[in-house]
Amino acid sequence: MVTSPVSREQVLEWLSEIPDPEIPVLTITDLGIVRDVTVSDKVVVDVTPTYSGCPATEMIEQSVVDTLHDRGIEDVLLNRVLSPPWTTDWISDAGRDKLRKYGIAPPEKGGSKRELLHGKRTISCPRCESSHTVVVSEFGSTACKASYKCNDCLEPFEYFKCI
Amino acid sequence: MNQHQALLAYVSRLGDNGLILGQRMIEVVAAYPELEEELANANFALDYIGQARMFYTYAGELEGSGRSEDDFAFLRDENEFHNYLLIEQPNGHFGDSIAKLVLFDSFYLLLLEALKDCNVKRLAEIAARAEKEIRYHLRHNSQWLVRLGDGTEASHARVQDSVDSLWQYTGELFAADEVDQIFAESFAGPDLEAIQEQWKANVATILEEATLTMPGDGWMASGGKQGRHSEHFGYMIAEMQYLQRTHPGATW
Repeated sequence: MVTSPVSREQVLEWLSEIPDPEIPVLTITDLGIVRDVTVSDKVVVDVTPTYSGCPATEMIEQSVVDTLHDRGIEDVLLNRVLSPPWTTDWISDAGRDKLRKYGIAPPEKGGSKRELLHGKRTISCPRCESSHTVVVSEFGSTACKASYKCNDCLEPFEYFKCI
Repeated sequence: MNQHQALLAYVSRLGDNGLILGQRMIEVVAAYPELEEELANANFALDYIGQARMFYTYAGELEGSGRSEDDFAFLRDENEFHNYLLIEQPNGHFGDSIAKLVLFDSFYLLLLEALKDCNVKRLAEIAARAEKEIRYHLRHNSQWLVRLGDGTEASHARVQDSVDSLWQYTGELFAADEVDQIFAESFAGPDLEAIQEQWKANVATILEEATLTMPGDGWMASGGKQGRHSEHFGYMIAEMQYLQRTHPGATW
């Protein structure tokens, strides 16, 4: 049991150690889904869902509660906020670097504004940085990733989808 | 019908549309022609169901009855679901599914854009969240419609037939009833006439790119928004509600 009141910074630091269940190289703070933390007689964590259909939403929320319980914070309130809506632009620069090192091309910014039929763009290979790449499947492999191939180093890679 | 009742009916309908479309799409999970499309279809279905959950949760709060999202989905009968007839139509072949999604998403995207400006804060927030996803779905679905329409002679003929057969269900999307009217007047809700005009222009652009012909407006089916469904609907919710009907109150 923590007897002295915990600081907001401390809580944020603990939360920044929680990995995303689908892309464990990213933490939930890298992803930008922890919007705010308020400490009073209880700890209130504002979280936002990524995609509406993301099966990991409940799991992430549970891991926030579990993490704080493990640190002795008993009174935790999760506040689900919808506004402003999450987009891939919320992923931090540190998060983007981690993705690249992990072999996933990070999402381009402002991706949700692309045109319906003619929104072409160039995605750089996360391994050799070549821009000579080709899309294999834009709407697979998971809810949040597309499949690409690099024509220079010939490696297949994943690209974090933009919404 | 007072303002509160209209708002509740409006929100619950939005939930019905998401849930029924998602349920329809999930019927073909593990039966799609290729793996990537299989995943895309399942992921899109999850988005619709995720959106439905937000609408139902809000409807339960508005109602003040303590009904949960699950109660809305599993403990209501056929005529209590007020979704559009278009989205409950059977999946058919791949072209049928794609044509249905292009027609619906083109409308739904415009509706959500308009809902972002309504004066019900919670609804505007959900719409802003959902709009980004539907825009993404529509990109996928319209690219496929172009590929099928502008593909082979056989794919062109089959998907033209899909568009022609589904067209009769598009009239209902824009036919404002009492709920739509009260919602528009009291809560700065969508102007369905303006949306229809924009929808026609957007769909015409996609169909043209797909070398398909836009059908003329003939007789239009209606009734889904009032709970009068096509024959297919009962079979679908019988499967969806099977567990709760067989083992009432079951949890896991």
